Amino acid sequence: MSEEKVLFLQGNEACVLGALRAGMRFFAGYPITPSSEIAEISSIELPKVGGRFIQMEDEIASMAAVIGASMTGVKAMTATSGPGFSLKQENIGFACMAEVPVVVVSIMRMGPSTGLPTSPAQGDLMQARWGTHGDHPAICLIPSSVKEMYEFTIRAFNLSEKYRTPVILMTDEVIAHMREGVKLQENYEIIERKRPAPGAFNYQPFLDIDGDGVPPMAPYGEGYKFHVTGLSHDENGFATNSPEKNEKLLKRLKYKVDKDAEEIATYSEYLMEDAEYVLVALGSVSRTAQNVARQLRANGVKAGLFTPKTLWPFPEAALKRHLSAAKLVIVPELNLGQLVLEVERIVKGSCEVKLIAKASGELFKTDELYNQVAGVIGE
Amino acid sequence: MNNTLEYMRENRLPHIWCPGCGNGTVIGALIRAIDALGLDTNKTVLVSGIGCSSRAPGYMKFDALHTTHGRALPFATGIKMANPELNVIVISGDGDAAAIGGNHLIHACRRNIDITMVIINNNVYGMTSGQYSPLTPTGRLATTAVYGNIDRTFDLPSLCGAAGATYVARASVYHVAQLKNYIQKGLENKGFSMIEAVSICPTYFGRRNKLGDAPAMFNWIKENSTMYKQGVMEYDKQIVIGEFVNKKDPEYTKSYTELIEKLGGNK
Ligand SMILES: Cc1ncc(C[n+]2csc(CCOP(=O)(O)OP(=O)(O)O)c2C)c(N)n1
Repeated sequence: MSEEKVLFLQGNEACVLGALRAGMRFFAGYPITPSSEIAEISSIELPKVGGRFIQMEDEIASMAAVIGASMTGVKAMTATSGPGFSLKQENIGFACMAEVPVVVVSIMRMGPSTGLPTSPAQGDLMQARWGTHGDHPAICLIPSSVKEMYEFTIRAFNLSEKYRTPVILMTDEVIAHMREGVKLQENYEIIERKRPAPGAFNYQPFLDIDGDGVPPMAPYGEGYKFHVTGLSHDENGFATNSPEKNEKLLKRLKYKVDKDAEEIATYSEYLMEDAEYVLVALGSVSRTAQNVARQLRANGVKAGLFTPKTLWPFPEAALKRHLSAAKLVIVPELNLGQLVLEVERIVKGSCEVKLIAKASGELFKTDELYNQVAGVIGE
Repeated sequence: MNNTLEYMRENRLPHIWCPGCGNGTVIGALIRAIDALGLDTNKTVLVSGIGCSSRAPGYMKFDALHTTHGRALPFATGIKMANPELNVIVISGDGDAAAIGGNHLIHACRRNIDITMVIINNNVYGMTSGQYSPLTPTGRLATTAVYGNIDRTFDLPSLCGAAGATYVARASVYHVAQLKNYIQKGLENKGFSMIEAVSICPTYFGRRNKLGDAPAMFNWIKENSTMYKQGVMEYDKQIVIGEFVNKKDPEYTKSYTELIEKLGGNK
């Protein structure tokens, strides 16, 4: 029996506590609203447990520093928002290519550019998938409660360690700044990266010896003397111009996440059994949408809510399964239409998809969203 | 003295550098400095950015991280912070270190983090075939300065000294003995050390500026350099060789370790 304890936490605070629970011992960041509490709390807590915090000169440097730290075998995290997430992109790509586990938290605010620094938005959904150049795997978790901020941060570390890849934990300002009572479990599974056998110094750092697409990873400083580069490389980690080796590498990077996409992808459903009107929403919008679905049911409309908890990989098969009774899929989001693109791709014309977009820097209020959804259904 | 080849990855040869390139000379000096100090090669990490010079770690037998353009120092900072036991050495080009990586350079100096950085200054962007860099002297020619460069150059020792580095020196591929000694002293310094290695790029800088072949460029360095005399820094007129800063200041990771101990985090 796992015992539960209740804490009253802010979303960003829960993120740091989850990270520490997962074993984070290094944090590098640069202040930016609405993510700064994550850096602040990390700076307070890390030295108490023998971990290390550093405020770097910018977000590019912060991203570089967490990758460097992870190369020594330490679990590392950085946190940012909009403009900072843009700056991190090149080195996120480096972590994909060099297969370095790190967690990148991005708390969405209104963009583009400096935008509305303290206002919620969901405009960076595609950036979390394709923000860095080139083909690359992407894992992005989207919490919609404070409890999920805690638990998904642990999961973000677990997935990054398991797949040797950067994992993005992304949500909107509302979830980051709100406070909720959180019941934590006593036990959470913690995953550590695979390592080569001690003393196996002829180890090939990018050889897929287990066939799961994930080579074991040695820490620096233990005698393996291995080379890591962001250039396309062979199994020994050295740059190569070989077309075959390049394609093999890119396909393996894709495969290691794709093969488990349905296992990585998670979601929640609410009143979905016989739902004819399916709301798809994430982050803070899913909370409003839940109220709307409940009210619609009370008024005799068979509405339900599907909430992706991983944005990338998207819970594609699950969404398809839940559309058997669907007449209409409605996608409310705090941007001018991003999640809807993925939903349309999956629904593929099997029923109509309607977007309810809001880009004012404000939340949906329940009445407002109810009226808009009712309007769309009535059309 | 060990055979310097023991530090090299001979199976990675031939290297990518042009005939006459100065990079090999700088690596030779670095290896001899590492060897003279008997650094534990299992505990020594090489970090570089992007450029011809940044390919050096690929030919040397150490843990190595070949990163993104200009960002070697923040990667190295993460390595050193997460495991202060490691000797961390950064190899960078003049564009890598002083243009795209310039901000990281001054902040690494300011923190006085125990990293030794060797900047190979060939006065040009070599890898991208000869555009001007922040170290291309005013008036010189480059593919993006065919009318003569109007930019002024950085004086890296003054920059790093002002920013707080505790060991700063300059030598050249002609002054190889000094180069090795300065790198060695940089490695010994518990703090941020910057050693500028004035180098040659016959292919892109030499040819366009009619400085002749590699031997002629070595000669050019010899004839245009002078030893540093306290207070005289005519770097825009001559190549000033010498030690500019050698002092003691609190080292960053040590200060952080003390904080951990104060908070009981080491238990
Ligand atoms: C972000 C980014 N911008 C530009 C480049 C292209 N680039 C590669 S190397 C280089 C300049 C290298 O010059 P330097 O640092 O002086 O080293 P060298 O090649 O002369 O040794 C540039 C601009 C890049 N790789 N990444």
